[in-house]
Amino acid sequence: MAEAALTVRSLTGVEMTLPIAGPGMRSYAFLIDWQIRLLGALGWLLIAVLARLLPSVAGRPLAHQLLIGGVVLALLTYFLYQPAAEILTRGCTPGLRTAGARIVTLEGTTPGFGALLIRNVFRLIDSLPLCYVVGLVSCMLTERHVRLGDLVAGTVMVRTTVDASVSLDRLAAQAQRGALPLEAVELVHDLLTRWSSLEPQQRARLARTVLSKLDPSADAADAALGETALQARLERLLEREQRS
Amino acid sequence: MSANSDPEAAIWVRTHASQWQALAAEAAAAAQRARPTSAEALQTLRAYRVLARHLATVRALQPGGVLAAALERTCGGLHTAVNRPPRLTRARWGQLFRDDIPAAAATVRPLALWLAALLVGSALAGWWLINTYPELVSLIASPQMIDGVEHGHLWTYQILNIAPPALLSGRIVFNNVLVTVGAFCFGILFGLGAFYMIAINGLMLGGLLAFTHQHGLGLGLLKFTLAHGPVELSVMCLAAAAGTALGEALIRPAEGTRAQAVRRRAAEVGPLLIACALLLLGSGLIEGFISPHPGISIPARLAIGLGYWTLMMLWLSGRLSPRIGGSAARREAD
Repeated sequence: MAEAALTVRSLTGVEMTLPIAGPGMRSYAFLIDWQIRLLGALGWLLIAVLARLLPSVAGRPLAHQLLIGGVVLALLTYFLYQPAAEILTRGCTPGLRTAGARIVTLEGTTPGFGALLIRNVFRLIDSLPLCYVVGLVSCMLTERHVRLGDLVAGTVMVRTTVDASVSLDRLAAQAQRGALPLEAVELVHDLLTRWSSLEPQQRARLARTVLSKLDPSADAADAALGETALQARLERLLEREQRS
Repeated sequence: MSANSDPEAAIWVRTHASQWQALAAEAAAAAQRARPTSAEALQTLRAYRVLARHLATVRALQPGGVLAAALERTCGGLHTAVNRPPRLTRARWGQLFRDDIPAAAATVRPLALWLAALLVGSALAGWWLINTYPELVSLIASPQMIDGVEHGHLWTYQILNIAPPALLSGRIVFNNVLVTVGAFCFGILFGLGAFYMIAINGLMLGGLLAFTHQHGLGLGLLKFTLAHGPVELSVMCLAAAAGTALGEALIRPAEGTRAQAVRRRAAEVGPLLIACALLLLGSGLIEGFISPHPGISIPARLAIGLGYWTLMMLWLSGRLSPRIGGSAARREAD
C-alpha cells in the first residue's frame, strides 16, 4: 500500500510531500502524552496527601483544603494537559516528539492557536463511546489518517523521523568522501565531453596524462593503449567515482 | 548515494554537498527555536530558499533518488518551521477580545436567536408536559431529587450545603463547559446535535420549574437560577449556534468542498469558544458563591444576573470597547 503523504507547495513554488502518521503512530504518541498527564495528576494528589501528613497541617481545616486543592489541580492537569501542551509546543507535544510526529496544517505549516483549540474541543466526539473509538475508526478510514477534530480544524499529523538512509546530513558527508578531488572529476568529465572535438593525438596525450595522475592502476602499458581503450578507462574512472 | 549515469549530476552533487550539512543543522535548529532573533530568522529563510532550489535541481538531475527524498524531508521540516503564525502577544489577545469574538458572534447571531427561541419553546413544552402529566417527572429528575422536592427541599441547596463553594464552582464550570462544548461539537451532525442538546435542556428546565412550582418551590428554584442562569443559557445557545453553523456549512457549502467549508466556518466561529469558556467561568463562580447564599435578595440576584448578561451582550455585540467600531470599519474597508 502506498504511503499516505501530504503534498504542499513551498514559498518558492517547489512541491514537497510530508509523510502522514498512521493510526499506530498516533496511538503511540497519545499513549505517551496520556501517561504524562496521568502521572502529573497523580503527582498532585500525592503531594496533597503527603502535605496533609505534615505535623503542622494534620488535623487542621487546612488539611481538607489541601486535599481539595490537590484534586482540583489533578483534574486540571488531566483535562487541560493535551490542549495546553499542543498550544504551547505548537503541535509538537512530548508524546508526538517521542513518537516522531508533529501536527501541521493542510498547507504543511505550523497550526495556529485556533486550529489547535478546535482540534482539541472535538476530542469530545472522537473519544466516544470510549477509548477514542470514533477517532480511531476515523483515522483508519480517512485518506490522511485524521480524526474528526483534525477534519474540522484542517490539521494533519505528519512523521518527522528521518530514515537514516535519507538523512541529508549523512548523504552530504558521503558525497564529500569521493576518491578523487572534485576538480579532477570535472576535468575527466570535461575531457570526455569534448572527446570527439579534439585532435586524436591531443586527446590521447591528455587522456594518458590524466590517467597517470589519477588512476593508480595505470601503468607503463597505457602508453600502448589505443584511443578507444583510453576513453573506456576514463569512463570507468568516472563511473567508479560516481558509484562511491 | 545512488549511482547515476550523468556525470554532471555527480559533479553538481559533489559541489553542493558541503552546504547540506550546514543546511541540515540549520533545519534542526530552526525547529527548536522558540523565539528566533531577526538574524536567525533570516538565516532560516535563506536556508529554506537554498534547500528548495537544490531540491528542484536534484529532482531534475536524479528524479526519484534518495538525495531528492532527503532534501525533501529537510525542506519540509523547514517549511513548517518558517510558516508559523506569530506568538500570541498581548496585542493579539486584545484584538481577539476586541474584534474577533464580536465578529464571530455577529456571524452566528441569527442562529443563536433561533436556538434561544427553541430553548424557550422546549421549556414551555416541558412546563406543559409536567403540568399535564406529573408522573412523567421521573423522566427528567432522579428519584432523590423528586423525593426531596416532595418533602419541600430543593436539591440545589442540599448539594450546596455539602460541598465548599470553590469546589462546587469548579464542578459547575466543568459541567457547563462540557454541555457547551457538546452543543458545539454535536452541531456538526448537520445541526441536529445542537438542536437536540438545546431542546432537551429546555425541556428539563421547563419540566423542573413546573415540578417545583407544583410543590411550592418554584420561586426558590427561580431565585437560585436568577443570578447565573441568563448568561449560562445564553452561552449554551451561542455555542449551539456555532455548532449549527458548522452543520450548515456541511449541508450547504458556500464555496469549495464541504470539508473546506466546515474548516472555514470552524476558523470563523472558533473565537466564540474562548468567549463561552470565560463567560461560563464567571457564571460558575456566581453559581458557586452567590446563587446558594440565602442572604442575597431577589432584586440583588436579578441585578447581578441582568448586569452580567448585559455585560456579555455589550462585549459580544462589540459595544464594550470604543475601538471596536473603528476596527470593524477598517476590516470592512480591507
